[in-house]
Amino acid sequence: MRPPRDERALVRPHVVTGGRAHPSRNVFDLVTLVIAVSDRTTGLNPEQRRIVTLCRGGALSVAEIAGHLRLPVGVARVLLSDLMDSGHVTTRAPAPSARPPRLQLLQEVLDGLRARL
Amino acid sequence: MDSAPASEAAEPVYLPDTVRTAVKLLIVGHFAVGKTTFVGTLSEIRPLRTEERMTQAGAIVDDLAGVPDKTTTTVAMDFGRLTLSEQLVLYLFGTPGQSRFERLWHDLARGALGALVLVDTSRLRQSFEVMDLLEQHGLPYAVAVNRFETAPAFPDDEIREALDLLPGTPLVSCDARDHESSTRALITLVDHLLTLDQEPE
Repeated sequence: MRPPRDERALVRPHVVTGGRAHPSRNVFDLVTLVIAVSDRTTGLNPEQRRIVTLCRGGALSVAEIAGHLRLPVGVARVLLSDLMDSGHVTTRAPAPSARPPRLQLLQEVLDGLRARL
Repeated sequence: MDSAPASEAAEPVYLPDTVRTAVKLLIVGHFAVGKTTFVGTLSEIRPLRTEERMTQAGAIVDDLAGVPDKTTTTVAMDFGRLTLSEQLVLYLFGTPGQSRFERLWHDLARGALGALVLVDTSRLRQSFEVMDLLEQHGLPYAVAVNRFETAPAFPDDEIREALDLLPGTPLVSCDARDHESSTRALITLVDHLLTLDQEPE
């Protein structure tokens, strides 16, 4: 059966992600910080290889990775999930229990902004 | 006064190894109100653009009505970054104010600390849609009048009334091209968020 017309229009992202629109993990917010933990790129598709190469240099947010590689955010998420499953990238974040409470975060943001004046 | 950022030219600027926590604030407003300028003024990196493909399902008013086969559209978001301390980085997302981008809004609002609404006094009515969206998503906000030379200057109380602002919602004025004035607008917002958090419900 032919897919609906609007799905056929999405050729490139679907090819890149192996036809999936949703990531295998739901950990990638726009500002999740990602870093590469493996230099291996064998077996990766070209987009995954570009991500690993980009993320070798240090931490970047999911939004920055998508922006630098000109990938739609949804596609970047799917690719990053796979790369996390395969041990190529990891997220850099405090454990949920170690994440500062909102009030403390807001105070740190405020202090940081004031220091820029 | 929106300027087009050039994602392709920018070399990645990595975060310091010590940064562990990332937070985001949304810079919202109607078309051409100065969101990209504001983000560009404050960002330590050259602003980047991401695109998200959106379906228009559920749209009541559809700009693309009558254009067969066009059921998806691309929404661009410009964003920038400010490393605020050894541990903390702040991202600013310039966010389009149309309610038809519901899924995008869901994504952006999740985990956002709050929003700064940029308004243009010559087009105040165009800010209603984005303010409604913020309220639907429960995102607290402050309002900043982006001073356009050609726009009429109104007293604050008239702007408050026109925008139907709650008494506690801060209203400031800024020049999105100016670093200090834009920083002060963000400080007003974060100060407001802190006050809201400290108040009992």
